[in-house]
Amino acid sequence: MRVRTTRSTARSAARSTGASGIPAQRGKRAEGPRGSRVGSEGGLLNVFSHGVLLLWALMVTLPLLWAVMSAFKTDKEIFTSPWSPPSGLHVDAWGRAWYQAHMSQYFLNSLIVVAGSLAGTMLLGSMAAYVLARFEFPGNRFLYYLFVAGMSFPIILALVPLFFVMENMHLLNTYPGLILVYIAYSLPFTIFFLSGFFRTLPTSVAEAALIDGASHTRTFFQVMLPMARPGLISVGIFNFLGQWNQYLLPTVLNVGDDDKKLLPQGLVALAVSQGYKGDWSGLFAGLVMAMLPVLGAYIVFQRQVQAGLTAGALK
Amino acid sequence: MQHGKYRFIAGFLVLPLAIYGIFVISPFVQAIYYSFTDWTGLSPDFRVTGTENYRRLWNDDVFWTSVGHNVLLLLVLPLVTIGLGLFFAFMLNVGGRRRKNAAVAGVRGSGIYKVVYFFPQVLSIAIVALLFQFAYNPNSGALNSFLSAVGLDSVRPEWLGDPDLALWCVMAVMVWSNVGFYVVLFSAGMSSIPRDFYEAALLDGANRLQTFFRITLPLLWDTVQTGWVYMGIMALDSFAVVQIMTIGPGGPDYSTEVLSFYLYTKAFRDGQAGYATTLGVALLIVTLIFAGIVMKLGRRERLEY
Repeated sequence: MRVRTTRSTARSAARSTGASGIPAQRGKRAEGPRGSRVGSEGGLLNVFSHGVLLLWALMVTLPLLWAVMSAFKTDKEIFTSPWSPPSGLHVDAWGRAWYQAHMSQYFLNSLIVVAGSLAGTMLLGSMAAYVLARFEFPGNRFLYYLFVAGMSFPIILALVPLFFVMENMHLLNTYPGLILVYIAYSLPFTIFFLSGFFRTLPTSVAEAALIDGASHTRTFFQVMLPMARPGLISVGIFNFLGQWNQYLLPTVLNVGDDDKKLLPQGLVALAVSQGYKGDWSGLFAGLVMAMLPVLGAYIVFQRQVQAGLTAGALK
Repeated sequence: MQHGKYRFIAGFLVLPLAIYGIFVISPFVQAIYYSFTDWTGLSPDFRVTGTENYRRLWNDDVFWTSVGHNVLLLLVLPLVTIGLGLFFAFMLNVGGRRRKNAAVAGVRGSGIYKVVYFFPQVLSIAIVALLFQFAYNPNSGALNSFLSAVGLDSVRPEWLGDPDLALWCVMAVMVWSNVGFYVVLFSAGMSSIPRDFYEAALLDGANRLQTFFRITLPLLWDTVQTGWVYMGIMALDSFAVVQIMTIGPGGPDYSTEVLSFYLYTKAFRDGQAGYATTLGVALLIVTLIFAGIVMKLGRRERLEY
C-alpha cells in the first residue's frame, strides 16, 4: 500500500508543479533569477566535488604508489629518501623475494588451495541452493536458515574447537583440510545468494525439460545452471577474492612448515623474516608482487568485480 | 516420481550439509560447551568447571579493555565509513555540472573515481596491514617523511607506538580500505533512483542538501542498514589489522587489544582454550546485541519505486 502512495505522491507532485506554469518559466525566463542561481550553485558545487573526490583518490593511490616505488629502491634509499623516486630500477630485490623468500612457493600453494576450494564451493553451493530454492520438503526452511545463520556468527569463536577437529581428522596443515574449511565457510553466502537467484528464474523451462524425460540431475546441470550464469559469475568472483585473500583461517589452521604457507600468511612471515635481516626492499618487492596481479585482474574486470562484491548487500 | 524427487534432494544436500556440519556447526556448538570447562587445548583432559570462566571474565581487566575498544570501533567505524561513502557517492552522482534538461548530473569521470576507490577492497587485509605498518613507521615511514617534507618536522608522531594514537591508526586503516566498497554500493543504489524525483524537488526549490536528506537517504535506507551491519561485523573482527600491524601485537599497554585477538592469544599462545571460547561467547553476545539494535532502530517501512 505504502509503495503505491509514495510513488504516486511524488509523481503527482511533479505533475502538479509542471501544470502550474513552470514550463512557461522554463521557456523564456530560464535565464532568470532561479535558473542562474541553480546554475552557478552547480558550477561551484562541481569544483568542490571534484576537489574532494580527487583528494580521496590521492589518499587511496599514494600509499600504493609509495610501495611500488620502494620496491625498486635500494635499502638505503628507502630509509633516507622515502618519497623520492628510485635512482634506478633495482630489481634484485624481486629475485630475492621470489626465490629465497619463497614467494613463488606461496603463489603456487594459494593457487592449489583456491582452485580446489572455489570449484568445490561453486558446485556444492549451487546444488544446495537449487534444492532449497526450488523444492518443497519438510525441513527446507530450517536447513536454509541453518546455512544462512553462518554468515553472521564470529568465525573466530569456532576456530578454537575447529583446530582440534582438524587435528583429530589429520587435516591440520594439509591442503585438503584447508580446501574443505574454505568451502564450509563460503557456503552460507553462496547458498544465500544463489537460492535467491534460482528463485527468480522461470519455472517453465525446467518443467519442459522434465516432461521431455530429463532427470532432475540432468535438468539442473544442463538447463538450470546455464540459466543461472550471471549469478554464478557474481558469487564466483566474490568467493575467489574472499578465498584468495583469506588470512584468518590459514593463520590458525595452516601452521606447519614455512614453505607450505598460503600467500597472505606467507607475506606476513616474509615481513617478519626480511625485517630481521633488514631487507626492506625485498619486503616491498614481495608486497607489490602479491598486490599487482589482483589489482591488474580487477582493472580488467572492474565492472564484474564491483558487481560481484556488492551483490550480496544490494539484494 | 515422488520417491525419485526425495532421492534427488537428499543426494544434492548430503555433501554440503556434511561439510558444513563438521567444519562450521559442530565447532560452534563445541565452543559453547568448552566455555564451561578448564580445557587447556594442549591435552585431551579437562573438567567441567561451570561458570568459573565467566566469573574470571568478569574480573579480567584486559577483557574489559578489549570490549571497550570493540565498542569504540563499533561506534566510530560504521559512522565514518558509511558517512564518507554516502558523501562521495552523492558527489559522484549529483555533483556534476548541470547539463541541458537534466536536473542532476554525475561528475565527469565518475567511473574512474569508483575504480580507484575500490582498489583496497580487492587486496588482502594482510597486504593492507603490512603496507600501513611501514607507512606508520616513525623513522622512515611514508607519513612522517611526508610531514617532514612539508615542514612539520616537529610533529612526527610515534603513530602505532603511541598508546593514545595506536587504536585510531587501526581505525584509519580500516576506514581507508572500506570506503570504496560503500561508494560503489551506494552509487549503484543512487543511480537507480528515478531522475524525476530530483527534478520535482529542484522545481519545488529544494537545495542539494535537502534533496540528499529528503530523497536520496530515505530511498537508500535499506542499503545503508545492510552496510551498517557489514561494517559492524568488520569492526567486531579487526583481527588481521591488530595482529599484523600493531606493536606487540596488541599495541603498547594493550592500547589496540580487541576481543578477537585476545581470544587468539589465549587459545593458541597461552594454552587456555576453555577460557578463549568463553571470550568467544562474549564476542558472540556483543555481535547479537549489535545486530538486534541495528534491526530495531533501523526498522522503517520499505519504500519501493
